[in-house]
Amino acid sequence: MSLLNIILALPFIGFLLVLFIPRTATGTIRRLALIVSLVTLIGSLGLIGAVLKSPSTFAFERDYVWITYPPIHYHVGLDGLSIWLVLLSTLLSPIAVLISWRSIEHRVKEFFAFLLLLEFGLIGVFVALDLFLFYVFWEVSLVPMYFLVGIWGHERRIYAAVKFFLYTMAASVLMLAGIIYLYNKTGTFDYPILLDMLSSGRLLLGHTEALLLFLAFFLAFAVKVPLFPLHTWLPDAHVEAPTAGSVMLASVMLKMGTYGLVRFCVPMFPNSARENAPWIIVLAIIGIIYGALVAMVQPNMKKLVAYSSVSHLGFVVLGTFSFTQQGMDGAVYQMLNHGISTGALFMLVGYMYERRHSLEIRDYGGVATPAPWLAAVFLVTTLASVGLPSLNNFVGEFLVLQGAAIANYNYVVFAAVGVILSAVYMLWLYQRTFLGREPSGFHMPDLNGREWAAILPLIALMIWMGIAPQTFLPVVSASNARTLSLSNINREFNVKTTPVTVPLVEAANAR
Amino acid sequence: MPGNFLPTGVEFFRFLPEIILTIAGTFMMVLDPLTNERGRQTVLHNVALVALFGALWAAIVAYSNPGPAFQNMLMVDGFATFFRVLVIVVGILAVLTSGQYLRRERADAGEYYALIVFSVTGQCVMAAANELIMIFIGLEISSISSYVLAGYLRDDKRNNESALKYFLLGSFATAFMLYGIAWIYGLTGSTNLTEIRRIIMTPEIAPSAALVGTAAALMFVGFAFKISAAPFQIWAPDVYQGAPAPVSAFMSTGPKAAAFAIFLRVYMTAFTPITSKWVPLMWGAALLSMIVGNFAALTQINIKRLLAYSSIAHAGYVLVAVTAASDIGVAAAMFYLAAYAFMQVGAFAVVTHIARRGERRLDIDDMAGLGQRQPATAALLTIFLLSLIGVPLTGGFFGKFYVFKAALDANLIWLTVLGLLNSAVAAYYYLRIIVVMYMREPGPAMEDLPAVSPGVKAALWISAVATLVLGIFPSFVLEFAGKSAALIK
Repeated sequence: MSLLNIILALPFIGFLLVLFIPRTATGTIRRLALIVSLVTLIGSLGLIGAVLKSPSTFAFERDYVWITYPPIHYHVGLDGLSIWLVLLSTLLSPIAVLISWRSIEHRVKEFFAFLLLLEFGLIGVFVALDLFLFYVFWEVSLVPMYFLVGIWGHERRIYAAVKFFLYTMAASVLMLAGIIYLYNKTGTFDYPILLDMLSSGRLLLGHTEALLLFLAFFLAFAVKVPLFPLHTWLPDAHVEAPTAGSVMLASVMLKMGTYGLVRFCVPMFPNSARENAPWIIVLAIIGIIYGALVAMVQPNMKKLVAYSSVSHLGFVVLGTFSFTQQGMDGAVYQMLNHGISTGALFMLVGYMYERRHSLEIRDYGGVATPAPWLAAVFLVTTLASVGLPSLNNFVGEFLVLQGAAIANYNYVVFAAVGVILSAVYMLWLYQRTFLGREPSGFHMPDLNGREWAAILPLIALMIWMGIAPQTFLPVVSASNARTLSLSNINREFNVKTTPVTVPLVEAANAR
Repeated sequence: MPGNFLPTGVEFFRFLPEIILTIAGTFMMVLDPLTNERGRQTVLHNVALVALFGALWAAIVAYSNPGPAFQNMLMVDGFATFFRVLVIVVGILAVLTSGQYLRRERADAGEYYALIVFSVTGQCVMAAANELIMIFIGLEISSISSYVLAGYLRDDKRNNESALKYFLLGSFATAFMLYGIAWIYGLTGSTNLTEIRRIIMTPEIAPSAALVGTAAALMFVGFAFKISAAPFQIWAPDVYQGAPAPVSAFMSTGPKAAAFAIFLRVYMTAFTPITSKWVPLMWGAALLSMIVGNFAALTQINIKRLLAYSSIAHAGYVLVAVTAASDIGVAAAMFYLAAYAFMQVGAFAVVTHIARRGERRLDIDDMAGLGQRQPATAALLTIFLLSLIGVPLTGGFFGKFYVFKAALDANLIWLTVLGLLNSAVAAYYYLRIIVVMYMREPGPAMEDLPAVSPGVKAALWISAVATLVLGIFPSFVLEFAGKSAALIK
């Protein structure tokens, strides 16, 4: 039994345990959920060592036969790309439990059961090395989130939950078709074997064939990211979800999409990915600017943060499809940054909601006077989200822009506008809620111990990741270098490529 | 032809499930007047269960010595065993759900259980039939019992409508099939499937492919009706809505699975030489069924009607596997039918429980708050619905996966893409039920909700466990299906 298997199994065991606790014992349920997620977190720290040693290969790789025919395997492993995303999931799960401690009073048992099931699904998505297993986890993580939004959400929760489910489902069935097609061609679902077949030329895909497969996978991931114009489910789901749901959705679940792009779309169908990069990047840049502009005019705090996610994730897609080492590193780093800073923003907005039961910006003002610590923490998070140097987002956005500049300077001109706009909407939000005059009858207690415990790790990480990115980046780079080199080897088998990519590849190789 | 027409012992042994069921059914008819009114419900219920479990045992044991019986009229192979076991298990689940229902409706148990047992007998014959006359006899035994069951509560208007519609349209469709059988006999001089295949494949004596194709099309009308595939699905919503809920559960699974069994056997043995003729027909029927079923289900308010439309869509998915016209396709269809039977019976069992006396509570809104009042029932129904959607770790997902894998194997890319998109559409109406159960506060319908009766509870748990086992460890069933699919030629 490898550590990774244990980490994956723990939340599921926790889920089963919660199911067997009587529903009236809410205290026990909360404590159990916290203990299970904390143990998972502590255990997952033990995963780092092995990945640091060889980030470009899969550590803790385990391969068991699940179904004999067709050969579906339980095949899991961790490399430099997935390790931090797994840690992000295990870190945010206990935080999600903490922030739901008091705010969830209704149907407590189901809530924490679904939260643990969600953690199981998310970790599974990031460690699965069998396409079929990946799809299973991908869909399994959908169900608990659907219930989290639909049962414990705000007024329009049902609409939001159903929209979320249908969007993801409709897009991912085509990925399933793609997976089956690949299997019928190769006789395997195994990701490393497929990569090996592609890179050695044993599996040759025709131009149209590869393009359709790429689009089938890309669509599923693009909806999840979400890429403009497929983003419309996201504001609804975020606004209506309970705080813990928003946090898990923004921090971890959206990363399933970007992870899928980097893990599957780019290395498996490199030629199609390169050919289609221009329009994908255009959509990403539209998303960056559009998301920021829409965020600016939102009267609702959660909606503002939700649209800022659309904008931030545009950077991730931009970096990924720049096909440069810097761009990809920045993209992966930005996934983590977004997970931490947007997760923190949703938590802080949730704290404010618990105090005043409103998400409208106009119901706030001058919060900094009664609650200075809340204001300070919010400010740090705001600045991180804006991309202030020495905080985490700066590193990611810088790398993405650098990579995009290598690909095409015009991309940067437009994308950088997004950075400026993010400063506008975030600082304006801070100004309108925390500064100025307090509304009458304003009761705003400062952060309590439990809230501190939930937010502090994220603040610490924002600073750490901003000052010392070298702790995290080398592993990511090594794994991205492998992805890029895989996409190069492939090109030799297919002469037709877009000319713009050639200098990029050399730049990547030169590193 | 051998001169000795007397069947040997081993042939009776292969026919044992049908023998047990026929004797039990007749015995129950005799038992009916001998028991007093109060004891009758329990006695007949239990006799039916014992008989079905006996038949289940016999069906499994009969497979230890597979082979033909009665001059090749029956073929007890893996395929037959698979479907025999499936229809008998569906029969058991239907009996379990019916106990409380009949008491609640103050209906006489007299012929009810006997009819279920007879219907299962007919389905077992269908599963093993290797000969057109046997197919027809099995189909009629099964259908006539179902016609009566559909109108079992004879004072109920909707029951009468249901039975009448089912009977009239059913007889009409059967006539088409019989006409097709007559054509085949006229063209080939045989009713034995293997023999028909041999004659069609031998160029010197083969009849015109156009004529055989016409016969195949005529028979298709009959089959399509029985499996409620579009464009012959019109009867299904009215009949399933009108019939007593446990009967709808039974009719939409058992007879359907058996009809698919003969359908597969006829088209994959006798008509394999003209595959290219009937594949386009199936292609169209499959797509049309999926679209009609799923899109019509979107707007339904009545749960029974919704499940009826969804059963049309599911027939479409199985037809996708048939369209693949390969052994993998047959295996996929077998697996899908097994998964479908459990999730559909399970969902209908919950409907039976929710409906109350006179089936008053059948709107989706009547489920409001079930998640809070009876969390276990709601959780089980959620498993069935997620399986009907095709979410991983349920039988329905693997069913769809194998079906569409078979279709892609056969290069049916468009059918696969359209089918998968259809299954995303389907997610909407199944989710509606989950939404109402969990995300709405309990309504007036929840106030007088009785506890789940032991019979329904047993049926629910059996179906749920089966759905999950098929979703998590599908290998066993799929391997068996794969092995049997290759055998039937």
